[in-house]
Amino acid sequence: MNVSDLGISGPKGQPLPRPPFLKRFFDSVLISVAIYAIIVGLIAYGSFVGAQSMGYNWQWYRVPQFLYRNTEIGFEWGQIPIGLVATIKLSVISFLLATAIGLLIALLRLSGLVIGSAVAVGFLELIRNIPLLVLLYLFYYVLGPIFGFDRYTASILTLAVFHSALISEIFRAGINAVHTGQWEAAKSIGMSPFQAYRYIILPQSVRFMLPPMTGEVVHLIKSSAIVSVIAVAELTTFGRNIISDTYMSFEIWFTIALVYLVVTLILSIGVSHLEKKYAVDQQN
Amino acid sequence: MNQATPMIEVTNLDKYYGAFHALKDIDLTVHQGEKVVICGPSGSGKSTLIRCFNGLEWHNSGRLVIDGIEVYDGAKEIRELRQEVGMVFQQFNLFPHLTVLENLTIGPMKVRRISKAQAEETARKYLERVHIPEQADKYPSQLSGGQQQRVAIARSLCMETRIMLFDEPTSALDPEMINEVLDVMVELADTGMTMVVVTHEMGFARKVADTMVFMEAGRIVEISPPEQFFTNPSSERCRLFLDQILAH
Repeated sequence: MNVSDLGISGPKGQPLPRPPFLKRFFDSVLISVAIYAIIVGLIAYGSFVGAQSMGYNWQWYRVPQFLYRNTEIGFEWGQIPIGLVATIKLSVISFLLATAIGLLIALLRLSGLVIGSAVAVGFLELIRNIPLLVLLYLFYYVLGPIFGFDRYTASILTLAVFHSALISEIFRAGINAVHTGQWEAAKSIGMSPFQAYRYIILPQSVRFMLPPMTGEVVHLIKSSAIVSVIAVAELTTFGRNIISDTYMSFEIWFTIALVYLVVTLILSIGVSHLEKKYAVDQQN
Repeated sequence: MNQATPMIEVTNLDKYYGAFHALKDIDLTVHQGEKVVICGPSGSGKSTLIRCFNGLEWHNSGRLVIDGIEVYDGAKEIRELRQEVGMVFQQFNLFPHLTVLENLTIGPMKVRRISKAQAEETARKYLERVHIPEQADKYPSQLSGGQQQRVAIARSLCMETRIMLFDEPTSALDPEMINEVLDVMVELADTGMTMVVVTHEMGFARKVADTMVFMEAGRIVEISPPEQFFTNPSSERCRLFLDQILAH
C-alpha cells in the first residue's frame, strides 16, 4: 500500500506526487513478505547445508516426544513444556520479588533522605556492575552456604536482586514523569506521602512504566536461562539434559530458542494491547 | 467582617531559597471570613507566601499560625491543617486518572475516612455549587479549562475547608473562561469563606476584597482596603503597578 491509495492529497488539493517506483516496490506488503521469507530461508538453508557438510544427522522426528507423549496410561507432557512451566514459575516469583525490591530502592532514592539515596545508589552501582553469572555464583557458592539456602532460592534471589536494580530505575523514571503539581494537589487535600503514592502517583506512573517493564520481564525470562549452570530445573537445563541423552544439539537448541521466542512475543503483544487500553482510558 | 478571630497570623516571616531572599519580614493577619487579594509583579513572592500557608513551602524564620496551629517544617499537625486549608492551583492539578466525581471523593474517603455514599453526596452538592453537576462521570481531560478549575475548587470544598487559597486561578485560562471561574469565586466569597487570592483580576478584587495586599521583591509594600488601594495607594510603586495593569 502506498500513500496515493489512501486518498490523501497535497497542498491545495493537488494529488501528492507518486513516490519513486523503487520505494513503492519495496514498501508493498507482498515484496516485504517475500524478502523476509528469502532471508529466513537463506539462514535455515545455510545451517542445513553447514550441518550436512559436517555430516550432521538430523533427527527432527525424535523431537515431538520431548513435547508430549501418548502412552498407554494416556497423554502426558514432555520435558520441554515441563521445563517451560518451571521457567515461567521461576520468572514470575523472581519478577514479583524484583518489583518489590525495585520499588523500595526507588522510594529510598526519591525519599530526599541523604542516607536513603546513598543506600539506593550504592546498591544500584554494586548490582549493575557485577556480571549476572558472577552474582549467581556469589549467591550459590558464598551466600547459600552461609545462610543455608538451596540452589532454587539462590537462583530466585540472584534474578530478583539483579533485575530489581533495573526495575528501580524504571520506577524512578515513572514516578518522576508524573507532574509535581500532582504531588502538591495530593498534599493539599491532606494526603500522607504513602496515600499520595498509592492513590495518585503510582497509578499515573503505570502508563509510563508499562513499556520498559515489559522489556524487563522479557529480559528476566531470558536471563533466567543462566541458572542452568547450577542445574536448577528449568527450560534450558532440561534442554541440556535431553541433549546429553540424545546428542541432538541442533534440533533441541532450535526448539528451545523457539519456545523462548514464542513466550516473549506473546508477552510483548499482550502488553501492547494493554498499553492501547490505558492510552484510551486517560487521554492526556 | 468578623474582626474577633484571626485565621492566619504571619509575624516577621522570612523565607530563603538558598541565598535568594524570597520573603522579607512579612506581617499579615487574615480574620475569619475576610477576603484578601494579593497582587504584585511576578517574582514578588505572592505565590510563595500563600504556599507557606498550607505547608507546600516552609518559612525559615518568623511565626506562622493558621487557625490556631503553629506551622513549621516537620509540624505533626500539618496534615490536619491541610484538610482545613484548601488550595486552588494555576494549573488546576486535577488527578487525570480519576473521573471528576472520584477527584472530589478521594480526599474525603481516604483522608477523612468518610463512606463512599456520603462522599459522593457531598461531591454532587459541590459540583452543583460550581454549576457542573452533569460532568461528574467525565475525566478531567474531557473538560474545558474553566470547567477543570471549577472542579478543582469543588475538590477543595469537599474537604469542608475553612480557608481557601487561590494561586492565580485564572492565569492559565482562555479569556472566555475566566468569568465562569470568577463567578464561582464570588459566590464562594458570599458564603463567608475566608479567602486569600493571588490574582491580577482587579475587577474581581474590587468586587470581593476586604483587604488588598501589594507585594514587591519579597516584601509587602502596601496593605489597605480596596477603596483606598485603587484610588489613592500610599506607595509610588503600587500606583505604577496599578497604572500598568489597569491601563487597558
